[in-house]
Amino acid sequence: MKLDAKIPSGPLDKKWDRYRLEMKLVSPINKRKFTIIVVGSGLAGASAAASLAELGFQVKCFCFQDSPRRAHSIAAQGGINAAKNYQNDGDSVYRLFYDTIKGGDFRSREANVYRLAQVSSSVIDQCVAQGVPFAREYGGLLANRSFGGAQVSRTFYARGQTGQQLLLGAYQALLRQVAAGGVKMFPRTEMLDLVVIDGQAKGIVARNLISGEITSHAADVVVLATGGYANVFYLSTNAKGSNVTAIWRAYKRGAAIANPCYTQIHPTCIPVSGEHQSKLTLMSESLRNDGRIWVPKKKDDSRPAREIPEAERDYFLERKYPSYGNLAPRDISSRAAKEMCDQGLGVGPGKRGVYLGFADAIKRLGEKVIFERYSNLLEMYERITGDDAMKGPMRIYPAPHYAMGGTWVDYDLMSTIPGLFVIGEANFSDHGANRLGASALMQGLADGYFILPYTISNHLARLKSSMPATDHPEFQRVESEVRERLSRLLSIKGKRTASSLHRELGKVLWEQCGMARSESGLQDALKKIPALREEFWKTVNVPGEGQDLNQSLEQAGRVADFMEFAELLCLDALERRESCGGHFRVEFQTAEGEAQRDDEHFSHVTAWAYQGPGKAPLACQEPLVYEEVKLAQRSYK
Amino acid sequence: MNLKLRVWRQKNADTEGHYVDYPATNISPDMSFLEMLDVVNEDLIQRGEEPIAFDSDCREGICGTCSLVINGIPHGHLRGTTVCQLHLRHFADGDSITLEPWRARPFPVLKDLVVDRTAFDRILQAGGFISVSTGQANDGNATPIPKDIAEKAMDAAACIGCGACVATCKNASAMLFVSAKVSHLGLLPQGKWEQDRRVSHMVKQMDAEGFGNCTNIGACEIVCPKNVSVDFIGRMNRDYGFALLKAQFSH
Repeated sequence: MKLDAKIPSGPLDKKWDRYRLEMKLVSPINKRKFTIIVVGSGLAGASAAASLAELGFQVKCFCFQDSPRRAHSIAAQGGINAAKNYQNDGDSVYRLFYDTIKGGDFRSREANVYRLAQVSSSVIDQCVAQGVPFAREYGGLLANRSFGGAQVSRTFYARGQTGQQLLLGAYQALLRQVAAGGVKMFPRTEMLDLVVIDGQAKGIVARNLISGEITSHAADVVVLATGGYANVFYLSTNAKGSNVTAIWRAYKRGAAIANPCYTQIHPTCIPVSGEHQSKLTLMSESLRNDGRIWVPKKKDDSRPAREIPEAERDYFLERKYPSYGNLAPRDISSRAAKEMCDQGLGVGPGKRGVYLGFADAIKRLGEKVIFERYSNLLEMYERITGDDAMKGPMRIYPAPHYAMGGTWVDYDLMSTIPGLFVIGEANFSDHGANRLGASALMQGLADGYFILPYTISNHLARLKSSMPATDHPEFQRVESEVRERLSRLLSIKGKRTASSLHRELGKVLWEQCGMARSESGLQDALKKIPALREEFWKTVNVPGEGQDLNQSLEQAGRVADFMEFAELLCLDALERRESCGGHFRVEFQTAEGEAQRDDEHFSHVTAWAYQGPGKAPLACQEPLVYEEVKLAQRSYK
Repeated sequence: MNLKLRVWRQKNADTEGHYVDYPATNISPDMSFLEMLDVVNEDLIQRGEEPIAFDSDCREGICGTCSLVINGIPHGHLRGTTVCQLHLRHFADGDSITLEPWRARPFPVLKDLVVDRTAFDRILQAGGFISVSTGQANDGNATPIPKDIAEKAMDAAACIGCGACVATCKNASAMLFVSAKVSHLGLLPQGKWEQDRRVSHMVKQMDAEGFGNCTNIGACEIVCPKNVSVDFIGRMNRDYGFALLKAQFSH
């Protein structure tokens, strides 16, 4: 398969302007003749659905949650980046672009990232106008803070609930369109397959999660905004319901998945407390503005943290990366914490944890300021662990958090299936091999508010085919496939729960394809995963029936897809014989233990194309051409 | 630790429900309440029974999905906490715990502990937004907002739409939820232009959904996992009164 990213020609800073100048438009009277399906209602999905309906398109929006407001974007804590340069500290579109490219370890597409930085300012303006209560200074102007991987303060925030507030803004814009008749909302409805007719994405088959009814929905184009796949690890910071199903079913219908091995392990999460753990909780990276990360210098130091004197503490991030210190990017900070624990310097039960303490910040700024800044995080920490982090340091450990990889899309955000657009975390496009903090919110909203409405118009204006009826044979065929799969899941009635199988899959991935990956480990995982998948289809027990609210059935369907997707993830990790960003292959590291890229052989995107059941997927390459940026070894020292 | 659970089981909206007793054995005090239910459910599935249906998603207290009444109190006895953030260290070994769904006519039970809260979405559709389309915004710093106003708007905007306020209210009133959104948007300069319209439409829809009246008991504030203050209800009443008066005199 040939991958054409369709990047406009011309200088980097003129590409998007040029695109908009040359794109085709749909006239206002014709817009209402087009139907667009948007799957997912997080930042990307809700902002896209609202913006497209405002333009006059007919939108159908689907989410599996009971309300679009519950999409997992809501849990984002720390903030959203934008190149406003309100702080007069040297920020610019170019700097945000460069930081993002560098943060991604030079594995993302230049033109997409530049456009993202360009529209970032408009995203903030839009959110303010919607009533997002961003933090402000006493003069009434917007406040900023710093985030990892940047030396400027460009992060806008609403306490520790930035994702919540941005999502509510998008959700309210969406509801305004629901009321105006532009959007029809389908909550508690899960997409279970994509319908492709004559090579074009033309609809979806979905299941009503209350009644169990399987229904077909046709459209002129389909947009997936279904988030990331970090739950393939079972334990992650994602919501329980977050899953890979939509992009995986699209993959099997022809939408290639790019760089699945680029997964982000976030450095500051609350450590696992036991086998019962159902998910992990993130403590926002913003804590690293004031918190210092350390371990005792002595192995097996059993003293409580407060009794360990300053001289016997190793502030390892500050030591190893003096210029970025505790604000080193996520991949680097996570690996450093793992290294410390591997050396036996970890703290807490199982010795898988490091300290993050506020003692110095409290001395400098006082308890009140620190409490105000992080109150919701401190409360959350206290709830989960029973400890007060104002009195002693938090214990933190890295956990799977975000997927940089995802469906391959071109500059238009269209996948390898014409008419299928993929936005937000679900696509692969902007973060390369590692995402910087506060950039996920920026990308989700940039895609939905300011990029997709243009590129989708350009596509529709040229569209020759019309919307099919749902009694088209292809809809019938896909519907029956969906039904068959559900009845198969229900009929096994084996001895194991979907959860226990998922947990086992997660363990294999975390051990062999987590923060450190090796050839032999990945090969081992590639043997174990198919065996586990076979076991799943022999032994899973899904109680209840299909024509009912059946959470076990929902879960089993998602786990079944993770069982297939995990293999692709490991295969991609195996084939990328270099280290870059979140993908760390132990065979490829510098003398100091940093990621060693191989630009000569791996400066490309790997997009995997499905070849049919039982067949190996085809690896297609999109070379990454850097016109503006010079590739360099990433240094935060 | 071991617990004795008494759980509301109901097949669907059209059938009658009843309580069923389940033991929860060998439970760690470090578990969250929902993790304990996961363990009970795993056990039920192993025994070929249908697990207890309950809603949850983010499990970090922000999505507003989880919704259990624990011993008569929505989200349980710990203040300012959602069920997913309630840990078993706040219970004692041998405790008996009764679990019910949100009970309010506008929130019909769908199955076991799962209820339908789409009425909340419909109330917000009636006016819980600022009418600005994508692209219409001016610079983010063009309109300064005093810090204390922005903070107060944020206090109101912190509502997670879980519905605990309705579940605890003897009148099943949604006033805390509605007033939080009316206040969040009405406090901000961007939102004040359509405040009259907003408050009138949202209150009308709230009534149409069948939520009851507020009788100033304040139970809603006590169970609110985000500590949204009942002061916002007073504020909304004032806004609503002004809107009615203005409508009266503009004719």
